[in-house]
Amino acid sequence: MAKEIFVAKSDDLPDGERKIVPNGNSEIGVYRVRGRLFAYQNLCAHQGGPACEGLLMAKVEEVIAEDKTYQGMRFNHDEMHIVCPWHGWEYDLESGVMVADPTFRLRKYDVVEKEDGIYVLA
Amino acid sequence: MDIPTSDIHKMSVEEFDTKKLLINAARQRDRRKLEDVLIVDVDCHHYENESLRDIIQYIEDPVIKQTGLLYSGSGTGAQTPLLPGVVGYQDVSGRVMRYPLRKLEQTPADGTHRDVHLSLKWMDAMGVDYVSMFPTPMLLLGLHPQPEIEVAMSRAYNRWLVEQILPQNERITSMLYLPFNDPEAAYRMVEEFGDRKGVVGFSVVSTRYKPVYDNAYMKTYRLMEEMGKPLAFHASYNWNDPLLGATNRFLVTHAMGFTIYNAMHCANWVINGLPERFPGLKVVWIESGLAWVPWLMQRLDNDYRMRSSEAPSLKKLPSEYMQDMYYSSQPMEVPNDLDVLEMTFKMIKAETQLCWCSDYPHWDMDLPSVIYDLPFLDETAKRNILGENARKLFDLDVSGRFPDYTPPGGGA
Repeated sequence: MAKEIFVAKSDDLPDGERKIVPNGNSEIGVYRVRGRLFAYQNLCAHQGGPACEGLLMAKVEEVIAEDKTYQGMRFNHDEMHIVCPWHGWEYDLESGVMVADPTFRLRKYDVVEKEDGIYVLA
Repeated sequence: MDIPTSDIHKMSVEEFDTKKLLINAARQRDRRKLEDVLIVDVDCHHYENESLRDIIQYIEDPVIKQTGLLYSGSGTGAQTPLLPGVVGYQDVSGRVMRYPLRKLEQTPADGTHRDVHLSLKWMDAMGVDYVSMFPTPMLLLGLHPQPEIEVAMSRAYNRWLVEQILPQNERITSMLYLPFNDPEAAYRMVEEFGDRKGVVGFSVVSTRYKPVYDNAYMKTYRLMEEMGKPLAFHASYNWNDPLLGATNRFLVTHAMGFTIYNAMHCANWVINGLPERFPGLKVVWIESGLAWVPWLMQRLDNDYRMRSSEAPSLKKLPSEYMQDMYYSSQPMEVPNDLDVLEMTFKMIKAETQLCWCSDYPHWDMDLPSVIYDLPFLDETAKRNILGENARKLFDLDVSGRFPDYTPPGGGA
């Protein structure tokens, strides 16, 4: 049975913020983004970097016109990426899948929010 | 400080500590018991531009020194004319956070240089025993249009390094910068610094357009061969190069740039028969990864079989000369099919010719685990690549870290 690890009181993890909690000899990064909670092991699938300690960035997209010409780039704030600070590997916040090569992913945990706070199930 | 994460968002960071950033590296070190393994990093870096004012004090030419002093001070609003800048953003626009945050890191004010403190921090975290340290902006100094500035800057840097930095810790060594655009000055550099403590070889920054086969370099190669000092070619890139100027993403500029200059110099080196002229000179190719080596071996062998009259000094295939050379591992391409990497290791005779390196703190750094975790290597091969090959290459005294050191596999 999964153990519950206390993350924070609800007010201490406002929207757009992240909290990293210890879990044995590793950590778990817990995010609240647009009202939803996500939790991943703080361990990049590449060389083991602390992925959750990096930036949370919007996906970058190319703008290609109907005539197939390149028109520039833009941020897509509907798709956020967890970026490992060691090398820049990017993971989709919703799924934990590595965006450049889906054969890699972050280990995902379930998160629950109760009256007295937020818990991750590890 | 605030790091912009988009045009409208930012992330605030108050502190930066290499030890904290690399806590997972330390865990890897402990899990693999790397403290018991000799690890020699043949290519890591520091940021010499942060010590530019100290380095400029060693410039002898009074006019160049005055210019350097002016631009290393505050208030000019201009980049120093002593180091050519090029366009690029290695930190993936801030995603590799140690770039923008490094200035936040605190080091003790105890007389030991900040670069030594920072180096030992990451070395200890990874389990690295010894390093060969290279500069950073000076990797592009070969592009400076004024050869006399390459000479003045590199001589000042080399003097500063051997007098102020290397004596502070025996774990930090260097392959000193050769001002290759002035062959006579390069020769004098080897003469003057070849026997200095901590100098384990010499390096040419590869991004330049002087051919390695020029007769003007022969006496320098001979001197290094006699002294037993290896010659390294350290890769970099130049987005202003007419070829690379056709790329529009740094990804391509980097992937191509960090290989093509070394590939060109290596091809020239082999086909002009320099391995036959200097059979005792050890040549090392640094920071081009490994995938380019099988490519070049096959290309040169194929052409050589048809056009051997253009390479009459050769007594064996180009690839066989390349198997006598040394290669640094980073940034090691790790294909999803590891058979490809295993074949590369076989082609370059990795067990004796490959030397691990981190390239830390640069953006595409590698940890020792990239070698240690490879399933197709036995324990002896892993230890050779992580440390023993470099120990032999540099004739490195490792007794400070391993008083009873025995080469892996019981070799001599």
